[in-house]
Amino acid sequence: MVSGLSLVPGGGMARGPDGVGDPARAGGEQPVAGAIGERWPLPGADDCGARPPTLSELFADSPRDGGWAGFLLGQVDTKRPLLWVQERMAILESGRVHPPGLGAPGFGFADLIHVEARDSKAALWAMEEGLRCAAIGAVIGEIWGDPAALDFTATRRLAVAAERHGVAAWLVRLGGSANLSGARMRWRVASGPSLMHPLDPRAPGAAVWACELFRARGAAPGKWVVAHEPGTDQQGGRAAGGFHLVAAPGDRALGEAGIKQAGCQ
Amino acid sequence: MVGAVTEAARAAGARPGMRLTDARALDPGLVAVAADGAGDQALVERLARWASRWSPLVEVDGADALRLDVSGVAHLFGGEAGLVRDIEARFAGLGLTARVAVAGTAGAAWGLARFGNDPRGDGLEAIAPLPVAALRLPANVVRTLERLGLKTIGALVGVPRRSLARRFREADNPLDALDRMLGRRPEPLTAAPIDPPPRSLLRLAEPVADPSAAAQALALLVPALAGQLEARRLGARRLVLAGYRVDGEVEVAAAACAIATREPTHLLRLLADKTDTLDPGFGFDAFALEACWCEPLDPAQDGLVGGAPAALEVARLVDRLSVKLGTDKVRRPQARASHVPERASGWRAAVEGEDRPSPRSAGAESPSPACGRGNRPQRLLDVPEAIAVIYATPEGLPRRFVWRRGVHDVARAEGPERIAPEWWRERATARLRDYYRVEDRQGRRFWIYREGLFGDGRGGDPLWYLHGIFG
Repeated sequence: MVSGLSLVPGGGMARGPDGVGDPARAGGEQPVAGAIGERWPLPGADDCGARPPTLSELFADSPRDGGWAGFLLGQVDTKRPLLWVQERMAILESGRVHPPGLGAPGFGFADLIHVEARDSKAALWAMEEGLRCAAIGAVIGEIWGDPAALDFTATRRLAVAAERHGVAAWLVRLGGSANLSGARMRWRVASGPSLMHPLDPRAPGAAVWACELFRARGAAPGKWVVAHEPGTDQQGGRAAGGFHLVAAPGDRALGEAGIKQAGCQ
Repeated sequence: MVGAVTEAARAAGARPGMRLTDARALDPGLVAVAADGAGDQALVERLARWASRWSPLVEVDGADALRLDVSGVAHLFGGEAGLVRDIEARFAGLGLTARVAVAGTAGAAWGLARFGNDPRGDGLEAIAPLPVAALRLPANVVRTLERLGLKTIGALVGVPRRSLARRFREADNPLDALDRMLGRRPEPLTAAPIDPPPRSLLRLAEPVADPSAAAQALALLVPALAGQLEARRLGARRLVLAGYRVDGEVEVAAAACAIATREPTHLLRLLADKTDTLDPGFGFDAFALEACWCEPLDPAQDGLVGGAPAALEVARLVDRLSVKLGTDKVRRPQARASHVPERASGWRAAVEGEDRPSPRSAGAESPSPACGRGNRPQRLLDVPEAIAVIYATPEGLPRRFVWRRGVHDVARAEGPERIAPEWWRERATARLRDYYRVEDRQGRRFWIYREGLFGDGRGGDPLWYLHGIFG
């Protein structure tokens, strides 16, 4: 820990070690996130940043937190059609997919097919149908809670279908618990305080995600705080795997490479 | 020029062929509607297809008439009188006044419909009192006949044929017209070609009450239909499987395709799940599979490396999903020209084609700069949810809000982005919205808006809503 007042690369004054440094910024002001760090290779990816398509499970930190969507969309192939399956309960609880937010104009994706499934059984069936179609780029399925239909067999079927037909599958669990699953990678994603907005210090900047890979085949689990590559896009940087580590908002001196804090394994 | 007049206008003195100024001089209250000849013709052609409910042979006759061959048909409607009553009643149901006549020949029916009082008539005695104009002759021939004192058809019949033939030598002569009217010369009816949709039918020797019968019948019907489609170079967009039950009921299962196809395996797979919904009751005695919506589809060559093209595979996936989950559940985004977020990001059924933007709204389709990426959330609640907001100053940024009984402290906020109500669509009391992008202490980001302003005279204090969640 570095003592005394220090400047955060974002431009604001950071607090001292006792937490009361700058009186103007004390009193509950949110700490400004640190600088963007080095490139973060996706776990399990080869040198080109490509990852063999498989089933990944993603747990949202909370149903109120939509941050996982940006994290997920950064890893999806946008050149090919995207099948997005939402269970009815997931739509009610955390909203329906809003295409203009995925990247206007032309909505960013080559083609988006949205399926509203009345229950988890129908959602899993639709996902499996989509995985059997090799022309689809990725299948995203949102399941609410811990339904009985989503057992080990169901997830294993999805994983096998995804690998056999070469279609990436993302099973998004909203308000669910991490029970037994056949998914090859299991993530837990939460939003973090966003980066500094380049023009307006009071406005939310580029999104930051605190992601945890807690189970993976062929990759080491870990925890990272990442953001999209700066400059490409504020919201949904499309460069697949274009993630960079973010130094944790904390107390450190200017010029010190704060990367070692970010990559806390 | 006045093309046609209503009964009320005729009573006021207006006649077809008059100039509009002359007619208005007679009665200034006359209302003129611009004639739409092409539209009238299209309507008559549509009515001709509809009129095939009474007879399989229907012909459009001139600009305002239909000819039906009702030989051997009338008894289905309770005789000729019943047929005439039915036709009149159904046209009245469409808001049209029909003058109907049934006669032994087409010419006689033409004359009776226009000049007769009795809708039914046969032979010479029925047409004898009609004026010579009922012979459907050119105006100058009619005038000549009237100058000769031959005012009715009865009078014309009394003239020797030889002298008539000597006096009128041109193509449209009264003698031929009279012969056609009396059935001495043929006047064939050339009905518009009927183009029935491709359909394959399977009749069963005995009624089958087994629920699996429909699936077995489908396996036989689909290849037959695919053969018909291939012969006519068509692809099916919508298929209907009908099961005809012994008790007269018809059970129907339908499926739609995103792009035209005649691939038997795909068609079979689409309908296979639907056969369970057919209720056999006391048994089916026939099944029919009909492609009720077809599009031209030329034979396509398969790729050298094998496998269907990507677009085709996606279309088939859409078909399978739509059949099982319903066409309104499988959708694609459809941008609409609107500023209100929930209206701008519409959806359309994925099996249907893209909405063609009307030329008028084409300019509005261009995305406005404010709609760029980054400004809109990835997720939108179907119905904006009311939230309680605490803010520092009445018009200032929000500081804290309560959504679904959870408190969110606003760490950073950006806004407002003002979206005014669309006055051309909404009621006058609709309030404007000020949208804010807010981020709470955990970094969750929301799209909230305040509806209305203090003292805008459109309701009480403005309310706050949460509309979207950023990713």
